[in-house]
Amino acid sequence: MSQHTSETHGEQPGAAHAPPAGHAHDEHDHGHEHPSYVAHHFDSAQQQFDAGKLGIWLFLLTEVLFFSGLFCAYTVYRSMRPEVFVYAHYFLDTRLGALNTCVLLISSLTAAWAVRNAQLGETRKLVTNITITILCAFTFMGVKYVEYSHKFHDGLLPGPHFHPTEQVWELATFRNKHPEAAEYAERLTKQAEEAEKAKGADASAAKPAEGPKFELPTREELEPLLHAGVLGERAENPRVPSRPRNAHVFFSIYFFMTGLHGIHVLGGIGVFIWLLLRARKGEFHAQYFGPVDYAALYWHLVDLIWIYLFPLLYLIH
Amino acid sequence: MADDHSKQTAGEQKTNGGSLVPAHAAAGAHGHDDHGLAHTTPVPLLLGILATLMVLTVITVAVTSVDFGAQANLVIAMVIATIKAALVVSFFMHLVWDKKLHLILFLTSVLFLILFLSLSVNDRGEYNPDIEAFQTSQGPTK
Repeated sequence: MSQHTSETHGEQPGAAHAPPAGHAHDEHDHGHEHPSYVAHHFDSAQQQFDAGKLGIWLFLLTEVLFFSGLFCAYTVYRSMRPEVFVYAHYFLDTRLGALNTCVLLISSLTAAWAVRNAQLGETRKLVTNITITILCAFTFMGVKYVEYSHKFHDGLLPGPHFHPTEQVWELATFRNKHPEAAEYAERLTKQAEEAEKAKGADASAAKPAEGPKFELPTREELEPLLHAGVLGERAENPRVPSRPRNAHVFFSIYFFMTGLHGIHVLGGIGVFIWLLLRARKGEFHAQYFGPVDYAALYWHLVDLIWIYLFPLLYLIH
Repeated sequence: MADDHSKQTAGEQKTNGGSLVPAHAAAGAHGHDDHGLAHTTPVPLLLGILATLMVLTVITVAVTSVDFGAQANLVIAMVIATIKAALVVSFFMHLVWDKKLHLILFLTSVLFLILFLSLSVNDRGEYNPDIEAFQTSQGPTK
């Protein structure tokens, strides 16, 4: 894979080969120096660029299919258990998600701009734009770190490790949206606790929601709780406020989707650091900017996936 | 460094004079934007796309707090996400100016993604009654 630095490279046969369509005129440039930035197995810088571009697009295609497995899990599970997603989204911070969306969009701009800089041979601007892209990527990972550590702290983990320390109606996100429902859930919980204390003496106390001294809940009180699977037939306990059955599956999906995406961001950081080192040496110019272009394409795809992840995970109505 | 750069410029001019003329001709209307091996995206366009993406992000967040019904809200969010994705793919990823082959490749992956998801959801719907029956038989708790 070493860089080919040879001078004259017998490109004479280029004339004999059938020239690739649309490149007929390129062939005239051969027969003299084979530039150091064109690998020896390519006829021209154009051919080298086109081959790399086709390669990166094929890779992106596999990436879309790679992520499609997780999107499939999401789609199937959401269509099956919408209440789990309503329940879980109260635990996510929309502001942090939106912040990360903006950070990634800005980094996408600088990545696209970097390609332009590389094409025009603007080395200094190229270095700046690559640096901003890397900084944005680190910012993204920093915000992700904050989000993940909150979830670890609050026991919002996949599978058997799911032990939330807070009930959904205790969260500010839930309270602000449905204050009546939050109060109602609290009342019910207290009632259930009292019934628990008085248990044994009276077996009928196990049905606190039907206590005669309480009026029937209003629509505002009950609906958000039913939607979030806190009460009702899909809740762990239909009468005492709890959470939907299998709520932990959301966090499996959440961690796998954002985790795989995060790994891609980390990979992108590595690639862009490598590009930064090369850009500083002034290696990219109008005839050789492929690596910048391919890395930017990869970065845009990572951005693209986040464009879908953000509304799917954070913006559940 | 300066040496390097002047060499590049020289190389560029050489290729501009030679091989790039047909490329310009082939690119048609966008010929003047071509620089070297591929289309060069103008900075104002890049900034405009970013601004549009930001506005769409604000809209998609704002729209979540308005109730259009669970399904409609999801559809709206997905439509906005798809508009954003289309902008990124078309302009940041140059597919507007790029070879049609790359567009076809990308759309193929999207097609298979859609097939994968829709067939899976359909299949799931087919045996939903069995799942519901099983879960009811498991009792109210867990």
